[in-house]
Amino acid sequence: MAAATIEFDGVVKRYGDVVAVRETAFRVEAGTLTTLLGPSGCGKTTILRLIAGLELPSAGRIRIGGEDVTERSAAERDVSMVFQSYALFPHMTVLENVRYGLTVGRRRTPDADARAREAMGTVGLTGYDERLPSELSGGQQQRVAVARALVLEPAVLLFDEPLSNLDARLRRQMREEIRELQQRLALTVVYVTHDQAEAMAVSDRIIVMNRAVVAQEGTPRELYERPRDAFVAGFMGDANRVRGTLARRDEEIGEVRIGGATLAVPHRGLPDGEVDLAIRPEAIAIGAKDGAPIAGQVKKAAYLGGIVEYTIATGVGDLFAVSLDVARPHAVGAAVGVRIAPQGVVVVPPDAPR
Amino acid sequence: MRDRPLVAWFAVGCAGIAILPWYALADSIFSSGWLVRGFTGENAPLWWQAWAHGRAWLWPVAALLVACIAWPPRAGGSRRRQANALIVFAAAGFVFTLGQGFAIGPRGWSVDAAAAWFGPITTGQPGMGTGAAMALASFAMLFSLGLARRGAFKGDGFVAGSVVSVTLAVALFTFFPVVRILASAFEDTAGAWSAGAFAQRAFTGKIWGLGCLGGGTRCGVAWNTLALALACATACTALGLAFALIVTRSAFRYKRALRVLSVLPIITPPFVIGLGLILLFGRSGLVNQFLELAFGVVPTRWIYGFQGVLLAQVFAFTPIAFLVLIGVVEGVSPTMEEAAQTLRADRWATFTTVSLPLMRPGLANAFLISFIESIADFGNPIVLGGNFGVLSTEVFFSVVGAQLDQGRAATLGLILLGFALAAFFLQRRALGRRVYTALSGKGDAGLPTPLPDAARRACYAVALPWAALTIVIYAMALAGGFVETWGRDYTPTLRHYVKAFGVEWGAHGLLWTGAAWNSFWTTVRLSAIAAPLTAALGILAAWLITRQRFVGRSAFEFGTMLSFAIPGTVIGVSYILAFNVPPLEITGTAIILVVCNVFRNMPVGVRAGMASMSQIDASLDEASGTLGARGWTTLRTILLPLLRPAIVAALVYSFVRAMTTLSAVIFLVSAEYEWATTYIINRVVNGDYGVAIAYSSVLIVLMVVVIALIGWLVGERRLGRRGAAAPGRGVGQLGGSAA
Repeated sequence: MAAATIEFDGVVKRYGDVVAVRETAFRVEAGTLTTLLGPSGCGKTTILRLIAGLELPSAGRIRIGGEDVTERSAAERDVSMVFQSYALFPHMTVLENVRYGLTVGRRRTPDADARAREAMGTVGLTGYDERLPSELSGGQQQRVAVARALVLEPAVLLFDEPLSNLDARLRRQMREEIRELQQRLALTVVYVTHDQAEAMAVSDRIIVMNRAVVAQEGTPRELYERPRDAFVAGFMGDANRVRGTLARRDEEIGEVRIGGATLAVPHRGLPDGEVDLAIRPEAIAIGAKDGAPIAGQVKKAAYLGGIVEYTIATGVGDLFAVSLDVARPHAVGAAVGVRIAPQGVVVVPPDAPR
Repeated sequence: MRDRPLVAWFAVGCAGIAILPWYALADSIFSSGWLVRGFTGENAPLWWQAWAHGRAWLWPVAALLVACIAWPPRAGGSRRRQANALIVFAAAGFVFTLGQGFAIGPRGWSVDAAAAWFGPITTGQPGMGTGAAMALASFAMLFSLGLARRGAFKGDGFVAGSVVSVTLAVALFTFFPVVRILASAFEDTAGAWSAGAFAQRAFTGKIWGLGCLGGGTRCGVAWNTLALALACATACTALGLAFALIVTRSAFRYKRALRVLSVLPIITPPFVIGLGLILLFGRSGLVNQFLELAFGVVPTRWIYGFQGVLLAQVFAFTPIAFLVLIGVVEGVSPTMEEAAQTLRADRWATFTTVSLPLMRPGLANAFLISFIESIADFGNPIVLGGNFGVLSTEVFFSVVGAQLDQGRAATLGLILLGFALAAFFLQRRALGRRVYTALSGKGDAGLPTPLPDAARRACYAVALPWAALTIVIYAMALAGGFVETWGRDYTPTLRHYVKAFGVEWGAHGLLWTGAAWNSFWTTVRLSAIAAPLTAALGILAAWLITRQRFVGRSAFEFGTMLSFAIPGTVIGVSYILAFNVPPLEITGTAIILVVCNVFRNMPVGVRAGMASMSQIDASLDEASGTLGARGWTTLRTILLPLLRPAIVAALVYSFVRAMTTLSAVIFLVSAEYEWATTYIINRVVNGDYGVAIAYSSVLIVLMVVVIALIGWLVGERRLGRRGAAAPGRGVGQLGGSAA
């Protein structure tokens, strides 16, 4: 089955009075990996379950591969899902788990075992046929869950926080494997996570969700560099929120004053005057006091091996900064000068009223 | 400071030896007769018995007790040696005290060597009394303190004492009677050990005959029991599953009402269903009368026999299967079912390939519990059995009937015990091997899948008529007490209630003229004594099992749970065999009734306690320990307050179970101490249904009031959520035998 597009058209999901998903529209292109990113309770898992057919929308249409599937049950959709808990059937062996989808329902496949073994080979589980899920490690269980979903060659493959039950090192490995698999087989994958780094590492596109609506959609770079509002700026990596004044210079670039510093950054169509700014920690350089546009004092310093994290008290507020210069750390209490690189500064439009 | 418990327990021992009557009294220790009658004669303490009555074999008891505290003679010496001496002397004292009791039979010494030491005697000695009990307790506790001083149980005297005393109590009141029944089964009429006698009794046609298969006479009672239990377990499991599926997986509107049904068997005396069936289907029951009136069908006695008992048992035990299965059905993770759906399984395929297989261990559990309930049931077979005998009723008739053959009763009891233990172990294995319904945390946010239509219709078709019939039978059982004579004269009357519970104002105030008052108050009083003991023992044992590490812990757990697997009739017979002769002569007293109830119901307390304690993080205990609290302080100040719901549940449950028990106490009641249920069953046997029904109704109403009252006292939310679940869980995992 060829990878398919997914379209949401005015989809709403209500549970009684609670709105889990407000009117939502987006499109996932075939063969891409799209991540639903957001804090817990933002509705991202509900969207995933709506795609799978485990929930039916209260309003709106859902199309997969151009075909309207809004009223179809999970069993009737060409969608597979890898669950957060893996949901491996504990009473079946690995092989039985993987071939399950080929042996139930109307489309019984004659060569189910062969295809199941092939899928297990794809995820590197050859030879584990007769094991029970309880006899596998967490990473292996994860692979079984992926193989079980892959074996059906679904038009869309869904992952619900697939890495949350793994330890940190395995998490990096598994996310690379998932990305590699998706690109090799050109699958349409929708992936739910609340981990911003994970989302940026695997995704073609990211849909950031907040309070039951899509906050912003785009490539990882777009979201990081041009967040549409303060929420997205804060969710896509650490950001210092400060106030500054903006003066337009031309169609694109404006002049921003933060304390004693003047920076040229895109004004993004905002009017002149007071604006919110997001400053990435790595854009803040700490150096000698003399000649620096902003004066400050080191409030906290934390040595993390490869980097040092600082909190600097300045006239524009406390700034969180990251320095790679671990050889010459600044002591707590030291008077320092702060410089800001314009690449790490974004003017942030005020949060849209809700 | 740490010697205070030692001194205290030594003092208890001294009191037992020096002051209190050593032998059992004809009347209770709580009546003051022995004080008035003075120190000599049968009321004498140990030293007087030994000195004035020539019972020289009692002197070593006193000597060993003194040695416990006085050895080694000189102060100094290592602590360890002191502890060793304490252990040795206390153990010796305990063994000797028990030993001298068992060594003297009704006709003198049964151990020849003893006669050489203490001189020949020609009569027995009376059973042990309060003094002896205190001496034994003192020895046991001194022994525990010795163990703790040597460093066992992390040096905690309270833990050591608890382990030792619970172990001894279980040994005395669970294992010892079972051993006695085993011995009796192998004794011939002269009292000698004989395998032949056992074989002769055990392998007769009356027990194992297969005549009924050839269309001939009746089958043996063992086969009857098995056939009944298998049929009952199958039906109960199927019905229980249907109810559980309706409650959890359908939009059925009266789910709460169905849940209420599950409480009924706990509060109902075991024969009430049988009574209701008689009133409905018996010869003069409503159905037969209607058929005769409408179609001229001659009424028959078809309800008496296999089919009637089966019907009654299925009514009685389906709620228990339901209680087990509802937990299992609820525990099947919705995510599993959703996973199946995303793998193209439709609802029916999901149900048959995922949901049902995941419930399989629970189904096995429900089946085995119903099986155990059925073979242990006594009330329904005796009310409805007619000529159809099962093991439990045969055991009874062997003891109380004209036969009076204790050997036969023991043999039958042994076979019954064998069945029960086999089923019990199968059940534990079924539970232990694969449990699929563990609750994992966050990932299980899915929605339970509704039942496939076909399955839903099947559940409705089976379960709802059954529920309706259950309600009708209970209604019948309650209504029967308000008419003159069921089947002949339906004039409304309160006659039966007056006969049973009449109260009059006489010349000297209130007169309890009703015939039932005696047994009623005895039952209430003794149940009220048994309940706190049961709860305390159960919680203590649970605490030891879950929170302490000691050698033999799993054997300890097994011992505390064992009595639940023993059918009531077997317990009854074994108690008669074990406690009818000195040195432990307590049959016919109130003590044996209390003890019997305590040890039969203790496993529920243990289960409830263990379930709750496993929810309390062990780090709380450890924190308490690091702050300097020892075992008893931690238990009292940290755990008990947190365990309040479990304690209340255990209290309520053991009280209610004691009130409604029949199968064991029917062997142990006496003219003075009669139980409510045995009184009712006697009325039933005499055909006096009116009073029996009236009495049963009063009991049911009383149980409901008690449960409601305690629920109100403790606070509804607690009992409703956790307390109500705890006894249910106990029943579910253990298989209670309400009979």
